[in-house]
Amino acid sequence: MNAGKEETLKQKSYSFSHHSIFGIEQLSAEDIRHILATAASFREIAARPVKKVPTLRGKTVINLFFEPSTRTRTSFEIAAKRMSADTFNINASTSSTSKGETLIDTTRNLQAMAPDIIIVRHSAAGVPELLGRHVRASIINAGDGAHEHPSQALLDMMTVMENKGHIDGLKIAIIGDISHSRVAISDFIGFTRMGAKISVAAPQTYLPTGVEQFGVDVCSSVADAVKDADVVITLRIQLERQNDSLIPSLREYSRFYGINSEILKGAKDDVIVMHPGPVNRGVELNPDVADGRRSVILDQVANGVAVRMALLYLVHGGKRKKKVQGEQP
Amino acid sequence: MKRQNRVLINGRVIDPLSGVDEIREIYIRDGRIAAGHSSGEEIIDLAGKWVVPGLIDMHVHLREPGEEYKETIASGCRAAAAGGFTAVACMPNTHPVNDNAITTRFIVSRAAGCAARVWPIGAISTGLAGEKLAEMGEMKREGAVAVSDDGRPVVNSQLMRRAMEYAASHTLPVISHSEDLALSRGGCMNEGALSTRMGLQGIPAAAEAVMVEREILLAELTGARVHIAHVSTCQSVALLRLAKEQGLAVTGESAPHYFTLTEDAVRGYNTNAKMSPPLRSEADREAIIAALADGVLDVIATDHAPHSILEKENEFASAANGITGLETSLPLTLRLVRSGALSVKRMVELMSCNPAQILGVPGGSLAVGEVADITVIDPDVRWTFRAAESFSKGKNSPFDGVEMEGRAVMTFLEGERVSSGDIE
Repeated sequence: MNAGKEETLKQKSYSFSHHSIFGIEQLSAEDIRHILATAASFREIAARPVKKVPTLRGKTVINLFFEPSTRTRTSFEIAAKRMSADTFNINASTSSTSKGETLIDTTRNLQAMAPDIIIVRHSAAGVPELLGRHVRASIINAGDGAHEHPSQALLDMMTVMENKGHIDGLKIAIIGDISHSRVAISDFIGFTRMGAKISVAAPQTYLPTGVEQFGVDVCSSVADAVKDADVVITLRIQLERQNDSLIPSLREYSRFYGINSEILKGAKDDVIVMHPGPVNRGVELNPDVADGRRSVILDQVANGVAVRMALLYLVHGGKRKKKVQGEQP
Repeated sequence: MKRQNRVLINGRVIDPLSGVDEIREIYIRDGRIAAGHSSGEEIIDLAGKWVVPGLIDMHVHLREPGEEYKETIASGCRAAAAGGFTAVACMPNTHPVNDNAITTRFIVSRAAGCAARVWPIGAISTGLAGEKLAEMGEMKREGAVAVSDDGRPVVNSQLMRRAMEYAASHTLPVISHSEDLALSRGGCMNEGALSTRMGLQGIPAAAEAVMVEREILLAELTGARVHIAHVSTCQSVALLRLAKEQGLAVTGESAPHYFTLTEDAVRGYNTNAKMSPPLRSEADREAIIAALADGVLDVIATDHAPHSILEKENEFASAANGITGLETSLPLTLRLVRSGALSVKRMVELMSCNPAQILGVPGGSLAVGEVADITVIDPDVRWTFRAAESFSKGKNSPFDGVEMEGRAVMTFLEGERVSSGDIE
């Protein structure tokens, strides 16, 4: 692998320049490589008896979650605590901020308490950018509507990198509800930017308009999408969307689009299977695969902490003076 | 009361209904266009200016009664006058809804003495609920000039059929907000590659065209006069073209934002580019311009929809629909005239003659004896639109800070000078 050599050469002139992370869209391949390399260097902290480094000591990190989340919030919280930051969780309900005034007010109130980093999740696309216009703190998008979920895509890329040694040239199959998936959008942008080929399979009701813009290959069957794949990523079927007439039944979905060992026979022998979690076992993923040898789902969770440590570290290290809307120059 | 008599000299008079486009005088006597000089007349030199029948915006939201923090009839009329409009027709989605004679009368009384004429549009259904016909006859008696449930479609096709038939009995045109709510539900911008990229739920163009076609079929069934509001897609244009070829009494309007902007304006989650129907693609934009030029669309109307920051400084998906339009409509239309897409005559038809004719209201003509509602345009003045300096209470415009060329410099309402703009 000479990718490593290239890396060190490039690093000489490279510096991470993002004050906030709104999406993978804003990141170059170089940025992504740098984040993944930084995350890899943090990975071993989890193996230490004392899992803490003083890097962000005295820094305040707020988890501002307008949407219920256990995994992502916990992962960010653990990441921040391992960096010695002080963390606060705010579980705001979207209903109490149905007027934007209140959303902006909430954020300005938080800003008045001078946090360094705000991690935000919201059901509406664009909220992290909206907040970014009103606060001085760095913003990290932990998922906004059907827009982006950058830390998830980064941990996906890190997991692939760890297992395959590279991303360039791999065939990655993404199966499931793409039209409502911020994970899919961030994965599309990230993996293609890193040189992978993506094939997708889903009923048309789960495919967003204009999905071709991401340079992905839309296959007519799961078998086609999975054929010779190095990585298979299954997406969660949102059970609560059952009334939208997107699929006739979970039973039929799982029959045509569920991933099982049989369908994986068409993939490469060393294929790995990933899922952003939580898995609906028996719907998008058969238990024999979810818990089988090809599954790297738990690696994803572990890498999630490392990637989020890297993001916290980098946005903090990349901090520069930033003008805030309405502020006197 | 004795009115000031006037003569407007040296202006280029464009009066499509009389076939006039030449430099000549316009005489005003007792609030009407006169054939010659009167005693004691004021002389106004309009060299280099265009003199046209007063512009009429047949689709605005004035928010009064009920949401006076967004706009009042008085502030909306000031914005209208500054934008060159001598008359506006206001939609009934106020609080309370203008679905009864008392509310119509209230609007008319509040409009007295304002800077522009206000023609109320009554609701089709009580409370805009789409269930029961509103008392159109009584509203017409108090001054309503059309009916519409604008802001929402009449979902029930049978009710729309009855509305068209009943409105026809009272010679009221029916203005349709054409939207299939099941197709558009949850959407907040045009459906396409960009909506997917931005993670926003899209509204397919078909959501409009499906309903436009229903209205055309019902117009054919009932023989009613039907006007399609805010046409935004090329499919709707194609359907209207067919309907007109059949000779149906169907007319259509589009708004300056649909022929000026595309969905690209939404980038960055700009809520000042969010409206219903949404901004569409470049192909749609071009189709709208072509339809305005060739007569498939009859009217340029703004859908002036003032909101406060409470509704706009917000998550994109939950921000309110609509933008202001009264002060930017004419300069944006003048761009089409400069580019050669529209003739000056066609612009005047779209912004004055046709709305007057569709609503059956005075104006749209500078013929002798007509009411002296006149707009004077400086086609060359360069200026920058600043939303913060707008006469409207609403500052929600995607054209804030945009350089313009040309604007109205004065309007006359029944011969009285009401506005000289804010550039003197």
